[in-house]
Amino acid sequence: MISQFFVLSQRGDNIVFRDYRGEVAKGSAEIFFRKVKFWKEDGQEEAPPVFNVDGVNYFHVKVVGLLFVATTRVNVSPSLVLELLQRIARVIKDYLGVLSEDSLRKNFVLVYELLDEVIDFGYVQTTSTEVLKSYVFNEPIVVDAARLQPLGPAAIFMQGTKRMPGTAVTKSVVANEPGGRKREEIFVDIIEKISVTFSSSGYILTSEIDGTIQMKSYLSGNPEIRLALNEDLSIGRGGSIYDYRSSSGSGAVILDDCNFHESVRLDSFDMDRTLSLVPADGEFPVMNYRMTQEFKPPFRINCLIEEAGQLKAEVIIKIRAEFPSNITANTVVVQMPLPKYTTRASFELEPGAVGQRTDFKEANKKLEWGLKKIVGGSEHTLRAKLTFSQESHANITKEAGPVSMTFTIPMYNVSRLQVKYLQIAKKSSSYNPYRWVRYVTQSNSYVARI
Amino acid sequence: MAPPAQSQRSPSPSQPSGKSELSDLKLQLRKFAGSRAPGVDDSKRELFKKVISYMTIGIDVSSLFGEMVMCSATSDIVLKKMCYLYVGNYAKVNPDLALLTINFLQRDCHDQDPMIRGLALRSLCSLRVANLVEYLVGPLGSGLKDSNSYVRMVAVIGVLKLYHISASTCIDADFPSMLKHLMLNDSDTQVVANCLSALQEIWSAEASRSEEAPREREALISKPVIYYLLNRIKEFSEWAQCLVLELITKYVPSDSSEIFDIMNLLEDRLQHANGAVVLATVKVFLQLTLSMTDVHQQVYERIKAPLLTLVSSGSPEQSYAVLSHLHLLVMRAPYVFSSDYKHFYCQYNEPSYVKRLKLEMLTAVANESNTYEIVTELCEYAANVDIPIARESIRAVGKIALQQYDVNAIVDRLLQFLEMDKDYVTADALVLVKDLLRKYPQWSHDCIAVVGNISSKNVQEPKAKAALIWMLGEYSQDMQDAPYILESLIENWDEEHSAEVRLHLLTAVMKCFFKRPPETQSALGAALAAGVADFHQDVHDRALFYHRILRYNVSVAERVVNPPKQAVSVFADTQSSEIKDRIFEEFNSLSVLYQKPSYMFIDKEHRGPPEFADELGNLSIGEAEDNVVPSQRVEENDKDLLLTTAEKEETRGSTGHSQQASFGIDDLLGLGMPAVPDAPPSPPQLKLNAKAALDPSTFQQKWRQLPVALSQELSLSPQAIAALTAPQALLRHMQSHSIHCIASGGQSPNFKFFFFAQKYKESSNYLVECIINTSSAKAQVKIKADDQSTSQAFSTLFESALSKFGIP
Repeated sequence: MISQFFVLSQRGDNIVFRDYRGEVAKGSAEIFFRKVKFWKEDGQEEAPPVFNVDGVNYFHVKVVGLLFVATTRVNVSPSLVLELLQRIARVIKDYLGVLSEDSLRKNFVLVYELLDEVIDFGYVQTTSTEVLKSYVFNEPIVVDAARLQPLGPAAIFMQGTKRMPGTAVTKSVVANEPGGRKREEIFVDIIEKISVTFSSSGYILTSEIDGTIQMKSYLSGNPEIRLALNEDLSIGRGGSIYDYRSSSGSGAVILDDCNFHESVRLDSFDMDRTLSLVPADGEFPVMNYRMTQEFKPPFRINCLIEEAGQLKAEVIIKIRAEFPSNITANTVVVQMPLPKYTTRASFELEPGAVGQRTDFKEANKKLEWGLKKIVGGSEHTLRAKLTFSQESHANITKEAGPVSMTFTIPMYNVSRLQVKYLQIAKKSSSYNPYRWVRYVTQSNSYVARI
Repeated sequence: MAPPAQSQRSPSPSQPSGKSELSDLKLQLRKFAGSRAPGVDDSKRELFKKVISYMTIGIDVSSLFGEMVMCSATSDIVLKKMCYLYVGNYAKVNPDLALLTINFLQRDCHDQDPMIRGLALRSLCSLRVANLVEYLVGPLGSGLKDSNSYVRMVAVIGVLKLYHISASTCIDADFPSMLKHLMLNDSDTQVVANCLSALQEIWSAEASRSEEAPREREALISKPVIYYLLNRIKEFSEWAQCLVLELITKYVPSDSSEIFDIMNLLEDRLQHANGAVVLATVKVFLQLTLSMTDVHQQVYERIKAPLLTLVSSGSPEQSYAVLSHLHLLVMRAPYVFSSDYKHFYCQYNEPSYVKRLKLEMLTAVANESNTYEIVTELCEYAANVDIPIARESIRAVGKIALQQYDVNAIVDRLLQFLEMDKDYVTADALVLVKDLLRKYPQWSHDCIAVVGNISSKNVQEPKAKAALIWMLGEYSQDMQDAPYILESLIENWDEEHSAEVRLHLLTAVMKCFFKRPPETQSALGAALAAGVADFHQDVHDRALFYHRILRYNVSVAERVVNPPKQAVSVFADTQSSEIKDRIFEEFNSLSVLYQKPSYMFIDKEHRGPPEFADELGNLSIGEAEDNVVPSQRVEENDKDLLLTTAEKEETRGSTGHSQQASFGIDDLLGLGMPAVPDAPPSPPQLKLNAKAALDPSTFQQKWRQLPVALSQELSLSPQAIAALTAPQALLRHMQSHSIHCIASGGQSPNFKFFFFAQKYKESSNYLVECIINTSSAKAQVKIKADDQSTSQAFSTLFESALSKFGIP
């Protein structure tokens, strides 16, 4: 049960504010914002998502730079409220197509209308976009998506690649297309976030895949959908989770664990690994899964830092892409903290390098190396000469690093989990909606120690 | 009538320039109020939007109330909704004007369109004006019987709103029983869920004033209701499922097969993508199996994977909430998670609130088999650019060192920290080395060698400085320069701002003096002089005390200031197990995140219904906690807590008093009457009320007033001792025998319980104090009764109930 809900901009302005129970004083938004802004004097630490000020509990989640906040005086389940805030953001996004400060401001009346149906007197009524459709009457005012920072992992399909219809992910579930008719289509995205930590000698210390099968349906008449996954998929691992040897080579995909969306029926999942569901309107995760099975990391990172005379050192970073050459990773950024007393860094890229940029962030003493594209099988090197303001008295490798990397690899997934087919149960020969099954691998925490 | 041009000026809200803007709006609204011209609704929409955007940014637009109401006569549902929103916001401050809206809202309550009926009813109930409640009863009554589920859904919450405006109107109109009927019969699960929410809130608020409230609350967790909800659980929305699951945690199943049935039914809820559903299910599993030690352990194994999946699949905020719960579980069963330690490694891009929890987790799961890996990982973080986390990691290494048997490798790592030459690393490492030396004096040789190399000028933080000074004093015989370092520190006495450091300096120089008098004498003199002149009271007093005791007798001074020390075996745990148990009882709530039981942060009126041992904190539990609780109190300057403390003090005094008194009586009676009845326990003729209720204050009052009717010592079976891992296990068992617990506490081997029971169909109470010592397998039982003549029968009943505990 919550008392108030509000959305604040990055500067702390109220964009929407709804008081459901009148138990918490009106100034709560200011109190909240001041607390978040000045959580620790040094500004080094973020405020936790839940805190208590004078008997009022404040919950918040950050979505596209906006703060979605709920308050209450009672001892509620924190995961329920945090999940609810996340879900409210998603419902609003479903309606507006794009979630941003601008779109919220333009559509605040619609947002109020939604909020009134989602929560009554602090109790959740529904967060299903499907159900809400019958209660909500305002038409969204669509904002221009192209100018805006897109939301969520599926947004990467808009970048560069011509294969994907870019407007799909920012299309409102209620607004009609400019042509008048809605296009029949369904998107299934297999998004995998990978975390790998390499030791200084290049061994894999930890690795994990957090995957999700995301669905967004624009099909009329709510047909049933069958989604078939790899037949050799198995769930749960015997013995130690980190026993890599047991699974490698067998070729089977072994998930540590997974969970499913409310609407998914698992009647035949144990038999033939198919999920059946009637997709609700809007975007939702069909299945989340977690894997610690060994996989081949897409990138190998080599990093060397050496002292080169007094007050000088050299850094060499080498990146090798270990995926097939028909695949391309994009928006790659490599970062490395340098010793605190570094004053200057001069960079040397490999001959003929295109689409690469280098930067030394003076403020936080960080080296940054951006690569627009990395083609599978290729290798790239960066050399940096550092100048120090004082002599280092300790081991220089303890003063710098680790190297971290962010990237996105479309049409590639490391787990080998696949959607074998996507069946839409609608009996009509002429009915052939667009089906988009897309894979993407993203870095979550990709780190090499030095 | 053409819309005025200026209303179209800007589509996005802008700040009104002042009063003129408002009066402008007022004029325009008036113009449209009676108009039925085509297109007027669109112009109205624009105007309404403007009003609501002002409302959002906090500008008072209540002066437009009359005009807004006049404009509300429309068939446009979007307009209606905006108007309702506006009215709901300002009715409370304008009760007279609110009366204006009643008319059109009541009319809308009879509209053809169920949407309009629902919306109007919701707005009507949201006015929050006390003198309008008479208008609510009729529409609510018909709303509850409406054929459309949307209207019923709104009406149910409407009843709750009415209750908050005027509780008596709500109760007098008999709405609660209508809700109860709907809850058990409605086809729409959201209506059912709303009924449940409303009834829970109403009956817990009524608990203090109405006699039927406890009964009604019991009825909600009765077997038929629980089974009815359980059987439909998958039809409920995910949010309503959480509500039902929370209710189930309060249900007491009659036997273990029932427990297994419930768990089997809910098993697949653990695979839900919504973390709130999973955590609510976990709570059910944990609570149901509390008294079944083996199954309880299996539950930990079962819930591990789903929780870990939630941690990695959700947003950072959600992982924080789930991790906090995992942390609680890890503290209770570290071995279950010890092989999963890699899941708790920090990722560089995680927010610091997640990293902190993970560090605590790593500390908790560290054992002989994984310590090496964990400490290696933590050392990586110590060099991290994120300084707060680096420091936290160093402290984590220290904590692990203090809880391990084999600290060999860890000591080396800590000493390496000292050599890293980063101020903050040195500071934290010094504090740790000091604690380590207090526990493992055998390491002094290695540590002192490294500590001796640290220049005291590089140590600025008071805690670290104090630690260094302590070591200088304690090990001055092994540290060549100790007297001279102390001397230079004393020379800078005036620049030392921390009283803590100055206090340590005094003591250290004393210790040094006893070991190396000639070298230290002058420093000691300077220190005492500076100390006596110090403006800080404690420093002044300590210096004076040292001065006097030295003048009295140096060897006495040495015995006082530097007695031979024993190594510390266990550092005091900051949280008593009683508090930890309460937090565990409040699983899946804020208590877990704040690591405090709810009475410490929720004010009384929002605390909700008392759980079965709610006032536990008010009764004194074994001696062990007593020295821990006060420190907890000092930390908390929460006003509410102070109140609780005051209550606690009072109760403690009174129970202590009555105990003393009862001991006297025991002695007198003990001579004349055998304490343990030798007769075989005959089948009890006494029948107890399974749903007895007694509030803690009445219990305390009665306990004070009544004499001890019976006092005896019972023996417990080995099975019972094995099952008594936590007080809760026994509570549930006794509850199944209609003996209810009002407070419990303690930790192995001593547990203390206060029970009560009520005679069936009579208000005669039995109060029991039961102290169980698990190592001697004995229970000390004291019984007090309203009706003394039946106390023997009750005692027999109690004994037989207790003897069945732990036997499956």
